[in-house]
Amino acid sequence: MFIQQLMNGLVLGSTYALIALGYTMVYGIIELINFAHGEIYMFGAFAGLILVTVLKVPFFLAFFLAMALASLLGITVEYLAYRPLRRSTRLAALISAIGASIFLQNLALWRMGAQPYTFPSPFEPKVYQTAFFTISRVEIIILLFSFLLMIGLSLFIQKTKIGKAMRATAQDKDTASLMGININKIITITFAIGSALGAAAGVMVGIYFRTVTPSMGLMPGLKGFVAAVLGGIGNIPGAMMGGILLGITEVMGAAYISSQYRDAVAFALLIMVLLLKPTGLLGRPTQEKV
Amino acid sequence: MLRIENLSAGYGSIRALHQISLTVSEGEIVCLIGSNGVGKTTTLKTISGLLRPDEGGIYFDNRDISRTPPHKIVEMGISHVPEGRNVFPRLTVRENLELGAYARKDKAQIKKDFAQVMETFPQLAVREKQSAGTLSGGEQQMLAIGRALMSRPRLLLLDEPSMGLAPLFVLGIFEIITEINRQGTTILLVEQNAQLALRTAHRGYVMETGRIILDDSAAALLQNERVRKAYLGE
Ligand SMILES: Nc1ncnc2c1ncn2[C@@H]1O[C@H](COP(=O)(O)OP(=O)(O)OP(=O)(O)O)[C@@H](O)[C@H]1O
Ligand SMILES: [Mg+2]
Repeated sequence: MFIQQLMNGLVLGSTYALIALGYTMVYGIIELINFAHGEIYMFGAFAGLILVTVLKVPFFLAFFLAMALASLLGITVEYLAYRPLRRSTRLAALISAIGASIFLQNLALWRMGAQPYTFPSPFEPKVYQTAFFTISRVEIIILLFSFLLMIGLSLFIQKTKIGKAMRATAQDKDTASLMGININKIITITFAIGSALGAAAGVMVGIYFRTVTPSMGLMPGLKGFVAAVLGGIGNIPGAMMGGILLGITEVMGAAYISSQYRDAVAFALLIMVLLLKPTGLLGRPTQEKV
Repeated sequence: MLRIENLSAGYGSIRALHQISLTVSEGEIVCLIGSNGVGKTTTLKTISGLLRPDEGGIYFDNRDISRTPPHKIVEMGISHVPEGRNVFPRLTVRENLELGAYARKDKAQIKKDFAQVMETFPQLAVREKQSAGTLSGGEQQMLAIGRALMSRPRLLLLDEPSMGLAPLFVLGIFEIITEINRQGTTILLVEQNAQLALRTAHRGYVMETGRIILDDSAAALLQNERVRKAYLGE
């Protein structure tokens, strides 16, 4: 029973981790909470759904196309809603982010209506039985893809030239620009990657819970944000850890306390961690800024 | 090579530079001296594009660069070593140096230049994999200079390389600056240590509250009554 819950938590948590990465990467570079990120996730789910059901695109191709389309949306949101406010107060950018979130949600409501859509199961449902737990094919796919994406991201950030430039930009933008790094380009890439990961989560949750709605980004968006703060906002391994911890805690809370309190458990965890370590699990004690 | 004409710049409504003009010719070391807060750093920031001028022109090889963004200016051959601790603390020494060559594509030559920097600063070679934030102040200064050299600049802007370093260390850094210049890099040096700066440079400018009040050969400035009183403590 316990190991089964752990597995369920891991599956849910890996989707939170993917969402959290988008928040944390953007925050790391421009110190903005991108409140529209939950809507990017929702958009990803709809894009996947439409590609599969209307355009009859094979599922795996639709998955990657949804990620690419969400990247474009993320880049557009940054360009229209945040870039003009780069030199304004942080509050102005934050309000613009909330505005972008509301706008995208209502755009979806207007185009798609409020009713839930059913995401058709892309493969034969199948459940595997092991000695300690059962796991479905969809869950295996979610775990596999999430971890591949997270490993890919880590390698990209650590090993590539652009990854290095992203880390440098997060640490000190002025000095980074003196290296010949085009800061605007790095910000665009950051939004593209973060949005693609959010959309990946959206499609996977779509096939997991089988429903897609315009408001579906609300709670997971909030949870992804909680996970990012939990791990230490701006910290990439922290977001992964925070997401998985949050998923497991939530599932455990639902199983052993009460399923009505599963969301409350998530926020209780956040409050507890922040009381003990205000900068989050892997956050640095003081943010050095030039 | 570099020509600044009637340049004014500032931060919001605060004006820090009032119509300054200066030139740097190919092959020179030119120093800019002055006390705290007179606008030395602001001058360098405006040249490297971190700050947009309010008026006036900055010409590099006769091209106006006053509206060019910093990453393009690096590509044109100007490298700026900013004031204070400006290495990327959570990147390794090697990664910091690699970023110095970010704008370049000639991989083989980058490798050679990396080896050259390691030879110039042997202390960095032993700390290649260490994160830059764990280096001492002097080592960070070396790393910042080495990183700037990795872009193969034609003009190097140095902002107070002596700041916070032990006297012996400062001498070492200045020897290296002279050597860099001898190998063909033009240098604009900002310093509060006027004595050392004027001994290293060919020409100098003296700044007071956002204006250039004197300019002459370094030798003449060392003899100048006003400079001796105000900056050389005599
Ligand atoms: N980011 C900033 N915002 C507002 N004012 C600034 C800023 N940076 C510098 N100033 C002001 O501009 C003026 C010139 O500063 P600058 O840093 O260029 O001086 P400096 O000659 O380099 O001094 P120091 O020798 O202390 O480094 C100062 O009055 C300073 O207070
Ligand atoms: Mg200064």
